[in-house]
Amino acid sequence: MTDWLRLLRPGDWATMLLGAAAVAVSFPLLWAGGRAERAVIRLDGRIVAEFPLAAPRRFAVQGPLGETVIEIAPGRARVLADPGPRQYCVQQGWLTRPNAIAICAPNHVSLSLSGRDPSHDSLNY
Amino acid sequence: MTASTIELRVTPADRRIARYAAAAIALGVAEAALPSPLPGVKPGLANIVVLIVLWRHGWRDAAWVALLRVFAGSLLLGQFLAPGFFLALAGALASLAALAGVARLPRRWFGPVTASVLAAFAHIAGQLLLARLWLVPHDGVFYLAPVFGLSALVFGIVNGLIAARLLKEST
Repeated sequence: MTDWLRLLRPGDWATMLLGAAAVAVSFPLLWAGGRAERAVIRLDGRIVAEFPLAAPRRFAVQGPLGETVIEIAPGRARVLADPGPRQYCVQQGWLTRPNAIAICAPNHVSLSLSGRDPSHDSLNY
Repeated sequence: MTASTIELRVTPADRRIARYAAAAIALGVAEAALPSPLPGVKPGLANIVVLIVLWRHGWRDAAWVALLRVFAGSLLLGQFLAPGFFLALAGALASLAALAGVARLPRRWFGPVTASVLAAFAHIAGQLLLARLWLVPHDGVFYLAPVFGLSALVFGIVNGLIAARLLKEST
């Protein structure tokens, strides 16, 4: 082991430390994939409300079947309750990534998150 | 049938480069048989040869060996002109650019490990850039950069140490 260590020159240590630091810094930055900043609520494709993902709040939308309740919390949002029969959008849980979307089709309501850079939404996957 | 009149004059330097390139190609092909957890995460053992050539014979020879390896290696694996070939070429060109800079550093302070680590980072940077511009025109490819960066760091250090060891044993 000490044999191998003797192959390293002072500058090599500096290079390795810098490289390790660069990798460590890049991890959270790039894994985050951008942050979701706003929740956009649509009824029949038209935006009915838009909130920053900052303060917790609830918002109810009146659709053809009844009331869909959206819950917003810092950094995330979800469909809390929906009158639809299969509850897909409710079971999706918290949305955290930009361009994630929960669609309550029976009630014509959708909840999507937007970040700084509008690109692919979660339906693309 | 007339005898061929084409005669290639082969210098000792050509033979030397060919020998090193053969070693690099063999390592590259052997490595292709190893399973990889993620496309792009590979040890890059052939670069050990490139480092040794850089140290012993300078950047020009190292560039020859690295590029011969990319071309001949891809021919052997049936990858020539496939996307993987262009990614390998982009990586090789980027790391050769990095090595051109490293070759100017004082050797008293910076050994093969520095060259290996910087070349490995340049390699993934070149590949990611090409992938972003051409194969996956979306910033999503950069989400994987930390993974590639980590593997470049680890394999860069390991390859650099092996190269340093081999260089030391041969002197």
